[in-house]
Amino acid sequence: MSPLLSIERLSVAIGGVTLLDDISLSLDRGQILGLVGESGSGKSLTALTVTGLLPLIGGRIASGRILFDGTDLASLGPAGLRKLRGGRIGFVMQNPMTALDPVQRIGEQIDVVSRLHLGLSGEAARARTLDLMGQLRIPEAAAVAEAYPHQLSGGMKQRIVIAMALAGEPDLIVADEPTTALDVTVQAQIIQILTGLVRERGLALLLITHDMGVVAQACDRVAVLYAGRVAEERAVDPLFERPAHPYAAALIGCIPREGMAEGSLKGIAGSVPPATQFPPGCRFHPRCPHAVDICRTERPLLRETPDGGLVACHLAERIAG
Amino acid sequence: MSEPLLVVKGLTKRFMTGGGWFARPRSMTAVRSVNLTVGRGEVVGVVGESGCGKSTLARLILRLIEPTEGDITLGGTRLSGIGQAELRRERRRMAMVFQDPYSSLDPRYTIAETLAEPFRVHGLPVTQQAISGMLEAVSLPASAALRYPHQMSGGQRQRIGIARALALRPEFVVLDEPTASLDVSIQAQIIELLAALREGFGLTYLFISHDLGLVRYFCDRIVVMYLGAVVEVLPDARAVPRHPYTRALMDSSFAPDPKARREIAPLSGEIPSPFNLPPGCAFAGRCSRAVEACRSASPPLTEEGGHAVACFNPL
Repeated sequence: MSPLLSIERLSVAIGGVTLLDDISLSLDRGQILGLVGESGSGKSLTALTVTGLLPLIGGRIASGRILFDGTDLASLGPAGLRKLRGGRIGFVMQNPMTALDPVQRIGEQIDVVSRLHLGLSGEAARARTLDLMGQLRIPEAAAVAEAYPHQLSGGMKQRIVIAMALAGEPDLIVADEPTTALDVTVQAQIIQILTGLVRERGLALLLITHDMGVVAQACDRVAVLYAGRVAEERAVDPLFERPAHPYAAALIGCIPREGMAEGSLKGIAGSVPPATQFPPGCRFHPRCPHAVDICRTERPLLRETPDGGLVACHLAERIAG
Repeated sequence: MSEPLLVVKGLTKRFMTGGGWFARPRSMTAVRSVNLTVGRGEVVGVVGESGCGKSTLARLILRLIEPTEGDITLGGTRLSGIGQAELRRERRRMAMVFQDPYSSLDPRYTIAETLAEPFRVHGLPVTQQAISGMLEAVSLPASAALRYPHQMSGGQRQRIGIARALALRPEFVVLDEPTASLDVSIQAQIIELLAALREGFGLTYLFISHDLGLVRYFCDRIVVMYLGAVVEVLPDARAVPRHPYTRALMDSSFAPDPKARREIAPLSGEIPSPFNLPPGCAFAGRCSRAVEACRSASPPLTEEGGHAVACFNPL
């Protein structure tokens, strides 16, 4: 069976600048794919592309396809995308404080999704809203539905945004840093809700995060992006055990672990260059401790790893050892 | 612990809000009777979630805001109660690095002007060399002096924030979430820089953070706050938490290791409103170990071998 979401050799440009360069990813039902990388790596742009929001920021698909359940999203017009987005593709944004309309009651904001996408009557939509809120363990759902966003805490607002994403009966949820603005105890609640949805309902989840801890806890597979390209794409266990790309290894090494000796936390020198200044060859080479001559001139192509992953590094075998 | 540099006793801050024609003003206690000692050369972490009072505590200690009650002593000099002129002199001994390097630098100042400002404020001479030296200390090229903040990355800006804090060679520096708005790769760089500067300048840090993993990596002792009060003081980074809240914080932070993956048993509920605190232990409503006593009386902070915990039914 073909995967639910299959991004094939996708390139995205804004103006004359190519921001996503030849990206391929796939995601099955019941699976969580993590998308990680520093700011400027192209994670959020991928989310906007999959949800058909690219025109909002003046971007366009330069080449490649995004197959969602067999349909190429790049071939759909605005009306077709609008039908999918909020319907079969749910979107959970990073900041729940700005994702909700401040002057509309919570319940109405969720109702409208199932009225639009499932064609439910007002009454049926409200019943569905309350049911969803209950599933997300929102206490006193009926009262919360009458509240305005400013009356709720950040964690509660993020649950409302998730309820909105679920209201259109999605097959795929794209969550862009869904817990970054939240406290850790609330983050744990939200991650538990999202992983529960995938396991119980067979949803597919594209989880964008910069937090390797969240990736290790929640994801099945991980794609590490750097400067608009896929550096490594693998199942979560081998990635953490034996990262093949120096960038993936460096990202993992940035997080303090239990019992880590002082001075062993390693940052990554420098920062992601702006898209107009991507270097030739491997884009990571100016920051890479292993870089040799070939890295500076030749672009490393994605190659298969023995465990069925992909890595784009000339020296991958040597590094994974 | 080495000789104490900072001693805080019974520090309390109440904010009054509201109060109009028809509304009665309400008071909320942001920081409640906090006692804290930081030894010279020590790094003490203060950890807790939003609204726990950790940033208010930092601002109180530097007297950026005035405490309602309590005493603050820095290196033998009492900071609470002294007048503005005297406070200004004492200010040279302490500094703060702010969370957001985007809003804590003046966009219309060059980096050189930003770094010269502490000297100007204290009427001290400043030379080109001093500026270059400060930039070098935070591993930035001397050419950065002529740039403006918008020409720099977040990590570089935070280095400037650190250089400015160290300009007058303070003894004591409060780091208020200095890496919270940075990428993890940059966070690690900044933490290593702070460790090196501590060594090089003999600094004492109070490190405020919501990230228990980071605090356990970087700090000698850890103070855990919940709703304005200290609930636990861990004597070292490896100490096993005894307060259920500290345990929950630890369980909520995910290790970057899929083998450490676990069933999440998240805390139920959310932090209660500080305007309307329940009687007894503020954490009781979310605590799985709460007993009868927790709902009626506040557990006192009791110490044993440097490990202090405020709980009637500790782990």
